[in-house]
Amino acid sequence: MPEILDRARAQVLSTGRGLDEAAILEVLKTPDEDLPELLQLAHDVRMKWCGPEVEVEGIVSLKTGGCPEDCHFCSQSGLFASPVRSVWLDIPSLVEAARQTAATGATEFCIVAAVRGPDKRLMDQMREGVKAIKAAVDIQVAASLGMLTQEQVDELVEMGVHRYNHNLETCRSFFPNVVTTHSWEERWGTLKMVRDSGMEVCCGGILGLGETIEQRAEFAAQLAELDPHEVPMNFLNPRPGTPLGDQPVVEGKDALRAIAAFRLAMPKTILRYAGGREITLGDLGTRDGLLGGINAVIVGNYLTTLGRPATDDLALLEDLKMPVKALSATL
Amino acid sequence: MFCDRCGEDAAQGDHAACAAARELEPPRFCPQCRRRMKVQVVPTGWTASCVEHGTRTS
Repeated sequence: MPEILDRARAQVLSTGRGLDEAAILEVLKTPDEDLPELLQLAHDVRMKWCGPEVEVEGIVSLKTGGCPEDCHFCSQSGLFASPVRSVWLDIPSLVEAARQTAATGATEFCIVAAVRGPDKRLMDQMREGVKAIKAAVDIQVAASLGMLTQEQVDELVEMGVHRYNHNLETCRSFFPNVVTTHSWEERWGTLKMVRDSGMEVCCGGILGLGETIEQRAEFAAQLAELDPHEVPMNFLNPRPGTPLGDQPVVEGKDALRAIAAFRLAMPKTILRYAGGREITLGDLGTRDGLLGGINAVIVGNYLTTLGRPATDDLALLEDLKMPVKALSATL
Repeated sequence: MFCDRCGEDAAQGDHAACAAARELEPPRFCPQCRRRMKVQVVPTGWTASCVEHGTRTS
């Protein structure tokens, strides 16, 4: 077994203290033949520090497309020749989506908008939508609306939004290769405000944007420094018309290595399978990830693409004897 | 008829990759007129609307 796994076992499993950037990089270089042991260690860490429960979430796009930002992976940017058109979801449809999400056993419902940051129209829509969901559906409401002002942070807290997602997407050193219309530091600023407000911080990113494995390690270390409540892990699903439309997808074993490395960097966080897992890992990979450090999933469809049926993921969780986290446990 | 993923003539060229991709994507182009459709994805399905040819659902 590589020496780094012995060290990780002694440090992370025993003390709950995550690996630093240099050690994460060593983990990301674990040879294929040692991958099963790495995944087992990440699973042991997850079971010891997080337990067997899996948090299930559904996401929906309140405002799709027409975004003024140039995130090179995103089909919703209005700056690229993507086939995705701008569309708003009405409130009754939003409530119905929340209801259908709750029916899967999910405890989280995240409302997402493709914007730089919310304007008054979007904040008004959020206020009305969150109120309607809370009146009709037993589910926690999260939001992802881009960069916020302090006033908007306060408004979301007052609405009862309990968690805010704002992904850093990639490490600081690679970010300018992916986004040029705003900076990594601007995103960090929003995250700090969210943290200080008492809302839970959800912050992750996308692997496979062209970053090196050194930059993957840098990213995991920067996320660990932020110490978010939840880290969604996406794998690039190259979208037609975007600058990264021809980028190769992450190789399955590299994806699993990254999952384990992120778990060893952040032993106590909620590490969520998000977009692209079907493309990168297929059905078997979902199982491998859940046995390699993942303890949360987005079920059903994503914002503009489709996912595995929720029933498939729920059946897998039952098969793995991993109970879905109950709503009462999230309150 | 047009490919509902890439919007090109469905009878011209090979759309096998489009068909494979469509297993994890909603349609984007109206197959009758190749207009870009307004598509709303929700956790359990999707709707795609063409201004001329109406709405399709999953």
